[in-house]
Amino acid sequence: MTVSTDLELKSFVLLRLGERRFAVAAGGTAELVAPSRLFRFPHNTAKIEGVILRRGRIVPVCDIAEKLIGKYLSSRRFYLIALRHYGQRTEWVALPVTGECELINAELTPASASDEPHVAGWLSHGGDVIEVLNLDALTPGPNELPRPGVPERLGARPAHPAEAEARP
Amino acid sequence: MPMAAPTKSGLLRSEQIILFRIGEQLFALSSSSVQEVRGADSLSGGAHEISAPGIDKVRQFVRRGPNTLFLVSGAAHFGLSAPDGILAFVLRNTRTALLVDSIEKMTAMTRLQALPLSFCHEEQQWYRGLTALDQTVVPVVRPEGFLSDDELMMLDAALPPPEVPGEDTEVEADDDFGTELN
Repeated sequence: MTVSTDLELKSFVLLRLGERRFAVAAGGTAELVAPSRLFRFPHNTAKIEGVILRRGRIVPVCDIAEKLIGKYLSSRRFYLIALRHYGQRTEWVALPVTGECELINAELTPASASDEPHVAGWLSHGGDVIEVLNLDALTPGPNELPRPGVPERLGARPAHPAEAEARP
Repeated sequence: MPMAAPTKSGLLRSEQIILFRIGEQLFALSSSSVQEVRGADSLSGGAHEISAPGIDKVRQFVRRGPNTLFLVSGAAHFGLSAPDGILAFVLRNTRTALLVDSIEKMTAMTRLQALPLSFCHEEQQWYRGLTALDQTVVPVVRPEGFLSDDELMMLDAALPPPEVPGEDTEVEADDDFGTELN
């Protein structure tokens, strides 16, 4: 009799931030973009550096390096375009990464209660244990608490429709 | 998962916009929301000082008949390190005269993308969305976003009582210097 072990392999994209590697679910990524022009404008959301223009869409650029490795990536930088969920809605965000990414298949070990919210799980690859990221917890969104010292205005409007045609 | 290009509707409507600068930063504003453009000096000639706690971006107001316009420093509103602008946009259906540095040009936009949900603080009130013009992304400001209802209440509370006409009241003329739009 043969005892089979069910290994559920899933696809992940390995990304590099400085010297460290992290993973995100491949199904939630779109593409890796070469360094491109970053457009900045005034705003008060921490971690958001600005936006890039990609395939006719305006995609926010979200710095995750400071949270994950404790420093801003100065020499980079490619952008990994990944999906971010906001309740029922989703939007693409651009994550600055160091160099190229790698697609792998691996078994996911779910996160434990002691892991930080941005950890979706763990995988083992090439002798390393790698964090699988939960981008919904790592990047800012409407549920984020206000930054200290920045008063939130009362009567905030709900989020706008994702796309709106110009209305004269 | 491929990132799909945005779908295009068959008939694109366009909206006339004014591109303007505050400091080095470029913004867009629907031209239909600008009632008039004036030199800031011509407007502030009839202006009075005001100081409301926590609202540093407003330091002057102008009475126009029964209405009161508040001069809003665009630089202070957006947190930009630039001096107060030399042009004033009197914004239609608001009590805001926005001080800006210069008008870049008037143009049209055919697409307005909502501000991404990642931007989750005051900017959701500041901007109607973002538009791409000539491979540049420009935030399109929301005319009502410069003064919230709460700020207007605080400013109204800080207003001095109207002066009685005939007692050295400087009546601001509404017939010169300005460029009426629309």
